[in-house]
Amino acid sequence: MAEMEGSKVDHREPLLTVRNLHVAAGEVEILKGLDLTVYPGEVHAIMGPNGSGKSTLSNVLAGKPDYEVTDGEVLFQGRDLLAMTPDERAREGLFLAFQYPVELPGVRTRQFLKSALDAIYQHRGRKPLSIREFDKLFKEKMQLVQMSPELMQRSVNEGFSGGEKKRNEMLQLALLDPKLAVMDETDSGLDIDALRIVAECVNRLRGPERAFVLVTHYQRLLNYITPDFVHILVDGRLVMSGGPELALEVESKGYDWVKQAAGVGS
Amino acid sequence: MANPPVISRSSKIESEYKWGFYTDIAVDIAPKGLNEEIVRLIWEKKGEPEFMLDWRLRAYRYWKSLNEDEPRWANITYPKIDYQDIHYYAAPASMRKRPESLDEVDPELVAAFNKLGIPIEEQKQLAGVAVDAVFDSVSVVTTYKETLEKAGVIFCSMSEAIQKYPDLVEQYLGTVVPYTDNFFAALNSAVFSDGSFCYVPPGVRCPIDLMTYFRINSADTGQFERTLIIADKGAYVSYLEGCTAPMRKSHQLHAAVVELVALDDAEIKYSTLQNWYPGDKEGRGGVYNFVTKRGKALGRNSKISWTQVETGSAITWKYPSVILQGDNSVGEFYSVALVNNYQQADTGTKMIHIGKNTRSTIVSKGISAGHANNTYRGLVKIMPSAQHARNFTRCDSLLIGDQCGAHTVPYIEVRNPTAKIEHEASTSKVSEDQLFYLMQRGISEEDAQHMIINGFCKSVFNELPFEFAAEASQLLKVSLEGTVG
Repeated sequence: MAEMEGSKVDHREPLLTVRNLHVAAGEVEILKGLDLTVYPGEVHAIMGPNGSGKSTLSNVLAGKPDYEVTDGEVLFQGRDLLAMTPDERAREGLFLAFQYPVELPGVRTRQFLKSALDAIYQHRGRKPLSIREFDKLFKEKMQLVQMSPELMQRSVNEGFSGGEKKRNEMLQLALLDPKLAVMDETDSGLDIDALRIVAECVNRLRGPERAFVLVTHYQRLLNYITPDFVHILVDGRLVMSGGPELALEVESKGYDWVKQAAGVGS
Repeated sequence: MANPPVISRSSKIESEYKWGFYTDIAVDIAPKGLNEEIVRLIWEKKGEPEFMLDWRLRAYRYWKSLNEDEPRWANITYPKIDYQDIHYYAAPASMRKRPESLDEVDPELVAAFNKLGIPIEEQKQLAGVAVDAVFDSVSVVTTYKETLEKAGVIFCSMSEAIQKYPDLVEQYLGTVVPYTDNFFAALNSAVFSDGSFCYVPPGVRCPIDLMTYFRINSADTGQFERTLIIADKGAYVSYLEGCTAPMRKSHQLHAAVVELVALDDAEIKYSTLQNWYPGDKEGRGGVYNFVTKRGKALGRNSKISWTQVETGSAITWKYPSVILQGDNSVGEFYSVALVNNYQQADTGTKMIHIGKNTRSTIVSKGISAGHANNTYRGLVKIMPSAQHARNFTRCDSLLIGDQCGAHTVPYIEVRNPTAKIEHEASTSKVSEDQLFYLMQRGISEEDAQHMIINGFCKSVFNELPFEFAAEASQLLKVSLEGTVG
């Protein structure tokens, strides 16, 4: 899946390697042998119908406790991701943009993000930012994601609209500067303007060092973000992969077509 | 977590109970047990005027008539206290004659308070806070006396007040909490040895925060302080109270009484960080904290506000209350009570509305962890005279783990149909989703829990003076160490 140029072998290390991943929630197996390799700088879109395992994939990568990995492995920068606690994964550079960001009553966004950034910097052996340096960075990133400073006076996500919550996720993404950002149905529940703003943020944050995994039901997010790869997730496995054009094809032909073409029972 | 810079006291807050040291110092100590002789002895030691002996003896006789029948309605259990096995008076020997200046204070005492992070030397005093330091039952020193004197504010130990301002003391002592109020108030009235006294004259806004720091040191010694604060017409004062005790295997009894009086247009803001030794992880030792705190919003438009953060003591039995007597008077109670291991807290407030248009607010945040039990007990009482009284009550409980308990016992008694009463309550656990969200941003589980709990307590911490709020937050963190996972 890496970009190959002619016969030249790519010597870069993959950022994320998922091999034969099987995941169960309770008695039910949700992911049934998923493979995925992501290199730095790449944007992968993972599309799938409801119940295909999209959110499970996002949550398992981030280390949410309610799932059991029954088989397979996940390497992040060559290290066993599944052995790490959720906070270690975050400090290593994995970020999850939540589908439903939680509200944290009484916790200010600024204070919360300063603590998060301090933890990440400490992990990377960097000196934590002074309050002044942090405020400068914070302001800069708020402008980048067009976040109203008024919202920052409130507790994290408290009383935020759906769009504001998603934009707050983008603010955190911009500030915490992860190596891999997993976006769990970030487009769900967004009107077209909010969608465009979120997409713009992603485009601005794209870079040679950072990779994205965009998990989405609809193709419409991909009107604004052109992925390098599109994978179709059906029944716990990636059954089809291609370039950006695959998303359009799925959009016009529907997931049933994918199932038939891939020979998966519906 | 990033914390704002705080006064040096919070640097003392680390894991475990760091205030558990004992200062080896010569003490004057009364023999164990309680009788009229002991009451007389205390009175003599303190060199008090005659009216005090009379009052103390009446209190003692009332207490005796109760026949050791302690109040039993609270949701707490403890073995019978042997009131004859306690020293009712202990004082550093060096304090036999009250020192005139700090130079005369025993350096060991100064060192003990330094160790607690309460510097009392002139050059190191806490910026902007006048401190009355009480060691065992005796006030050691009061800082910033000159600044206060200039403003006309009287802030001194109770003993000094009884000698220097007997009229004020006689006029107000026992008017808010009479010795017949309850078992522990009677005991306190008979044997109290010191405490703080404050009088703010009409129209004066006290220029700095006042603080009393209580320290129990001697073994098997009861600590009985008496605090009296009077804000005359149009006066304002913000008063802080902190307390610690050494770690001991046996329990220590603490039965204090605090009385506040606010006259017309006066305001008293009273904040407490209660951090008495809570006992060890198995529930051995710790302070029994039976405290009666009450304010009388006597004048029109007066206001009394209690803010408390209760993290210490094996048992906390405490209901800082307000009698809203003046028309348009305001009473507030903001409380965070945290219990862990085998601690028990039964705490809350009483808001007694008598005057017209009186308003009260109650915000109680209870946190329970380990095997501990936390009870909010509150009374909102609207008397027939209290036209258009209003009360808002919010009681939230947070549970950590599955062995602890949270209980809410709100009493509402309305005898005037124009009253408006609101009551909101919730019980929740620290949510997995919230923890996961914070951890996904790189924050450790312990810090994530701390952040959520801090957020839970925010509306109470906001009421605390800045330096106290930072310390309160640290106290919660220390008290909950090791409770995650």
